[in-house]
Amino acid sequence: MGLLSDPNRRQALINLLTRLNAPICFVCYFAGVAWFMGLAFEPFTLRTYMSENAMGSTMVEERFPAGERALATGREFAAHKKKVGGMPVDWLVKTMQARGLEVFTQSFSRTLPFPDENTERYVVKGTNVYGILRAPRAPRTEALVLSAPCTPGDNNNQAVGLLLGLAHYFRNQVYWAKDIIFLVNEHDLIGMQAWLEGYHHTNVTGMDWSPLQGRGGSIQAALSLELSSDVVTSLDIVLEGLNGQLPNLDLANLFYAFCQKIGVLCTIQGKLQRSDWDSASGYNHAVQTMMLMVMKQASGRPWGDHGLFLRYHIEAATVKGVNSFRHYKTDATTIGRLLEGMYRKLNNLLERLHQSYFFYLLPSLSHFVSIGYYMPAFGLLAVILLLRSNPGVLSVLTPLVISHLTGAALYMLPVRFQEVAVEHFPVSETEAVVLTAIAVYTAGLALPHNTHRLLSGEGTEMGWRVLKLVALLYLAVLLGCTAVINFSLGFILALTLVPAAAYVTPHVPKALSAFFLVALSPACTLLFSVFFFQELQEMPVSFQDGWLLYLSVIAQGMLDHYLYGSLVFPLVALLVYPCWLLFWNILFWK
Amino acid sequence: MAAHRCRYLACLLLLFLSVILVTMSQETTLGHEQHATAVDDPQTGAETKQTAEKPTVEEKRWEETKVKATTQASDTAVLSKTQVNEDFQEELVIRPLHSGDIYASFQFRTVWETDFMKGNKVSHYRLFPKSLGQVISKFSVRELHISFTQGYWRTMQWGQPFIPSPPGAELWVWFQDSVTDVDATWKELTNVLSGIFCASLNFIDSTNTLQPSASFKPLGIGNETDHRFLRYATLPREIVCTENLTPWKKLLPCGSKAGLAVLLKSEKLFHSSFHSQSVHIRPVCQDRQCKSSSWELRQALNVVFDLHTSGQSKREWSLFKMFSRTLTEACPLASSSKIYIDVTDNPQEEQFELSPATPLLSQAVVLGDRRTFSVYDLTQQVTFGTVRSLNLMIRWKSSEGDMLRPLLHAERYVTGYGLQTGEIHTLMYNNHPFRSFPVLLLDSVPWYLRLYIHTLKVISKGKDNNPSYIHYQPSKDRERPHLLEMLLQLPPHSVTEVTVQFERALLKWTEYTPDPNHGFYVGSSVISSLVPSTVAMETNITMEQPLFSSFFPCKEESSYFARVYTEPLLVNLPTPDFSMPYNVICLTCTVVAVGYGSLYNLLTRSFQVEEPNPGLAKRIANVIRRMRGVPPL
Repeated sequence: MGLLSDPNRRQALINLLTRLNAPICFVCYFAGVAWFMGLAFEPFTLRTYMSENAMGSTMVEERFPAGERALATGREFAAHKKKVGGMPVDWLVKTMQARGLEVFTQSFSRTLPFPDENTERYVVKGTNVYGILRAPRAPRTEALVLSAPCTPGDNNNQAVGLLLGLAHYFRNQVYWAKDIIFLVNEHDLIGMQAWLEGYHHTNVTGMDWSPLQGRGGSIQAALSLELSSDVVTSLDIVLEGLNGQLPNLDLANLFYAFCQKIGVLCTIQGKLQRSDWDSASGYNHAVQTMMLMVMKQASGRPWGDHGLFLRYHIEAATVKGVNSFRHYKTDATTIGRLLEGMYRKLNNLLERLHQSYFFYLLPSLSHFVSIGYYMPAFGLLAVILLLRSNPGVLSVLTPLVISHLTGAALYMLPVRFQEVAVEHFPVSETEAVVLTAIAVYTAGLALPHNTHRLLSGEGTEMGWRVLKLVALLYLAVLLGCTAVINFSLGFILALTLVPAAAYVTPHVPKALSAFFLVALSPACTLLFSVFFFQELQEMPVSFQDGWLLYLSVIAQGMLDHYLYGSLVFPLVALLVYPCWLLFWNILFWK
Repeated sequence: MAAHRCRYLACLLLLFLSVILVTMSQETTLGHEQHATAVDDPQTGAETKQTAEKPTVEEKRWEETKVKATTQASDTAVLSKTQVNEDFQEELVIRPLHSGDIYASFQFRTVWETDFMKGNKVSHYRLFPKSLGQVISKFSVRELHISFTQGYWRTMQWGQPFIPSPPGAELWVWFQDSVTDVDATWKELTNVLSGIFCASLNFIDSTNTLQPSASFKPLGIGNETDHRFLRYATLPREIVCTENLTPWKKLLPCGSKAGLAVLLKSEKLFHSSFHSQSVHIRPVCQDRQCKSSSWELRQALNVVFDLHTSGQSKREWSLFKMFSRTLTEACPLASSSKIYIDVTDNPQEEQFELSPATPLLSQAVVLGDRRTFSVYDLTQQVTFGTVRSLNLMIRWKSSEGDMLRPLLHAERYVTGYGLQTGEIHTLMYNNHPFRSFPVLLLDSVPWYLRLYIHTLKVISKGKDNNPSYIHYQPSKDRERPHLLEMLLQLPPHSVTEVTVQFERALLKWTEYTPDPNHGFYVGSSVISSLVPSTVAMETNITMEQPLFSSFFPCKEESSYFARVYTEPLLVNLPTPDFSMPYNVICLTCTVVAVGYGSLYNLLTRSFQVEEPNPGLAKRIANVIRRMRGVPPL
C-alpha cells in the first residue's frame, strides 16, 4: 500500500511513467495486437461445451424420413413461384393448412429512403406466410421459429420444401411442448423485420405492416434455413446479427454437436475446421476464421435472416447449405434429421438459453474465445489513451461543438439532400447519397482553419494540451463502450485510431502526419476493411472494383440503419468521426 | 321409410309412457313438498312460484328414462329413505370437429337434497363424496368451482366449450355470509383442497387471490352477491397429470369401475390436445317452485383428441381408438347414463358416418344454438347390441376444415422488447354482423408487473370505447395483485383492443423462482359476456335438460352466458446473473482492502519532518567548527 500512500514512491512511479511514456505505449500497442493474434492459437482457447443441462444430457432420436418428398414439395413451390412471379401466397397457405397448421399471413410495405442498387429495390411490398404448429396440451406461452426466406430466382426453393416437409413430420409427433412457427418470409430481411415487428407489435423503423392474427407466446429460439441445392457438401452456421449481437453460444454448440452426431461437415465463416493447429498454415486458417468473424461483427449488419431476432432477446442462427465440389454429399433427409434433432433439444429447454456465453469469438466451431480472454487485448490498446493524456476548458468547447456539428451534418445531409444532388449532378439517388456523405466527410478536413477563425485568441501551448486531454478521454470512453457491446468494432477502431490519437501533436511534420492521420481515419479504415475482407474470403478485388464495393458498402450501412435500426452508421457519424476531427484539429493547432 | 316408421312407433311409445310419467311425477313432487316443509328451507320463500309448463314431447323423452331408472333402482336395491333425495346422472357428449379432431365432454352430476349448514351434522353419505361434503360444512362453502386444465382451448377451431376453463388451475369459492374471517377460511380451504386433489393449490396466497366485483356471480340459487364472500385465484403454471385425475375419479360413485368412467384411462386422456377436469359444487332448486334446495356436485372432464398425432392415416374415430376401452354397462347407481353425438352439421350423413346407428335423436339449445344429437342410452340393453359392448365409430367423409368464426373470442399478448417496460394487449372480437353486446373483462396482473394505469386505452373500430364500469384495485408489492374489471360494449363486427403499459420490477434475489430465465406467468384474462343467441334460450332452470346445456343458468331468452379465457402470458423479468453475489463479494473485498488499507495507513502513520542529511564535506566542516568553538553551519 505504500505505493499509493507514500508520496515519494508515487512520485517515482509517475516519473517512470512519464519518462518511459513513449516506449510503454509502443509496448502496450504491440502487446495488444499480439494478444489478439494469440487468441486464434488453439492451446490458448477453450473447447466449446454444452452448458445448458436441458440440452446436454438428454438424448433424442432423429427419425425424419421424408427428404425426397420435401424436395418434391420444394420443386412444386418453385413452379408456383415462377407462375405467380413472386411469393405463391395461396399455394403456401393451402399447403400449410393441409399439413395441419394454423396458417396466417401478414402483408407489409416499405419505401426505402433511397434506392438499393444491389438488390434493385425501392418500394417493397410483400406478404409473409406463417403456420403455427400448436403443441398439444401447451398453453401458448412459448414458441420456436423455423424460417426460410422466399428469394427471387431459383434460390432457396429446397429450404422452403424442407420447411414444409418438417412441418408435416413435426405435426404428427406428440412430444412438442412449445408451439413451432414455420415462417416463409418474402424480401428476406425486410419481410423478417416486418414479421418480428408485427409479432412484438413495435414499430422501430417506420414500416407498414398488417397486424398478426395468430401468435405462440414468447419465442425461445429461431433458426433460419438457406438451402439452394438438393444435396449439400457442408452446412455453414451464421451467427453475427444486427449491431454485432451474437446468439448464445449454446446454439452454436447444439449445431456442432448434431453435425458431429449425424456426420455432416459443418463450417463457420465457410471455413472447415483443421486439426493441424501447430502448423503455420493451421494457425493461419484459424486466424482467418476469427478475423472474418471480427470483420462481420464489426460491420454491425445482420448476416442472415436470424440477425433481426437478436434485438428481441431471441437466440437465433442461420443454417446455410453449401454445395461445393467436394466428393462427400449430404442429402435432404439428413439435413432434416439434423434440424429435427436440434428442434427436439430446443423443445426440451426449460428456460431460455442463458447458461453459455453471449460474448465470444470463434476461431473454429470447436473452440471459442470468451470475453475474459479477448478484453485484455482491447484493454492494452485503450490504456495508451490514458497514458498519453498528460495534464494541462472553455477553449476546447468551440472545436468540440464544431466537429460534432460536422458529424451531425454527415448523419443528416446525405439522405436529406439526395433530391437536390440528383437535380444538379448527373448521378443516381444511391450515388448521390454516398457521394454526399463522402463530400461532407472530406469537407470536415477543412475544419481547423475555420475553427481558428472562430477562436477568440491565439491558440496556446496549453490550449492544445487540454484539447488533446479531452479528446483522448473521449476516445477512451467511446471505444470502451463500443467494445463492451460489439468487441470487434471496438477493437478495429482502437487498432486504427489509437496510434493516431497517441501520436498527434502540433509539433510534428505537418504533411506527413496529415497523410498518416487521414490513412487512419474511420473512412479509410472502412476502405481497408473492405479489401481485407475480400482477401480473407479469398476473393481479392482490383482497386477499381474495391472502390465500387466501398461505395456500395457505405450505402448498405446507411440502409441497414434506416431499415433495421443498425447503429453503426450513427455511431461513426455522430461520435467516432467528430472524435477523429478533434485530433485533426490538434495537428493543425496554431 | 323404415326409419320413419320406427320413429312413429317410438313416438307412440313415448306418449304412452308419458301418461305413466305424469302420474308418477305427481307422486314424486308430493313427496318433495312434504320433505321441504320438514326441512324448512328459508331460500324457498324468496323464490317466485313458476307456473308449470306443459311438457313437450322432447321433454318426455328425457323424463321417460328417469322414471325407468328410478323404478329399476328401487327394484334392485332396498335402501334407506335418503335414496329418493339422491340422484346420479352421467353423460358423454362427443362433438366431431371440422378439423378432423374430436371433442369429448364427460359430465357426472350428483344431486343431494340435504343441508350441510347450521350445525347439521351430516354423517351418512351415499353417492355424494364424503370428503367434499365435509369441506362444504367445515368451511361454510356456498359454491365451489375448481378446474385443472392442461392446454389452451382453441376457440377459433373448436368453437365454444361446454364448460370453459383457463390453462392451469382455477379456483373460485363463494362463502356463506356467516363466515367471519373469509381470508383465513380461504387459506385453510385451499390447503385442504390441495390435499384432496393432489395439486399445488397451497401456492394460492394473497398475491394471487382476487375478489372480482362483477365477473363471477354465483351460479346456483341465492341472491347474495356481496363480493366480500368471493375469492378467486388461478395458478397458470399448474401442470395437470394422472395424480390429479385419480383423486378426481375417486369422487365418482362408481369410481372408474363401471359406467362412462371406465373410459377415463389416463394413458389416452393425456395423449390429447386439450385436457380439462373440473368440480363444481352449488346449491340448486329441487323443483320448479324452488321450494327446497339441494346440493349439486358436477364433475366435468373435457378432452380433445388430435387427428394428426394419433398416427392414423384414415379420418376415423371410435371409442376404442379414443379411450382404448369400449362400454359394456351404465353405472348401476346412475339414474341416467347417455352418450350424445353432435350431428347438427351432418343431417344426411354427408360429413361423417356414425355406427352403430341410433334411432333416438334429440335437440337441445346449447351456447345460443339449437343442436341435434344422436342419443345412446346406456341404461337400455338394446344399446349394446348382440356383442354386449358399445364401440361408437365416426368415419369422416369430407376432409375440409375451415376456421370457425365464433361470435366472441379473445387473445392476449405482450409487446415490446427489452426488460424495462412492455405493453399488454387484449383483443376481443365480436363477430356478430349486426348486434353489439356487453362483456366484462377481468384482468389480474401480478404485482411485479407495475401497470401504468394512465396508459389504459380501449379502442374499437379506431375510436375510444369508454367502459361503462371500471373497478381497479392497484397492487401492493408482495401483497396483492392488480385487479382490473371493466364493462365494455363490443360494437358489432369489430375488434376491441385494450392496451396498458407496464414496468417490470426488479425482484429481491430470493424472490426469483428456481428457473427465473423461463419467465413469470400472468394468468388468463376472463371475459364474461351475454352473447346474442340465435334461438330462444331455455330460461326454466329446473326443466330437465341434458347436463351439458344446463350448467350456466339463463336469465333471458335472447342471449346466453359465455365465458372466454385468453392465453396466459409468459413475461421475462430482469434477472440477475446468480453467480453475481460471488463476484460482488470478491470485488468489494478487493476495493475495501485497497481503499481501506491506504486510508488506514495514512491515518495511523506518524509523520516526522526528516532532517535533510548533510553532505560529507559539511559534516567535516561542522566537526572542525565545533572544535574551534564556532556554531555549526
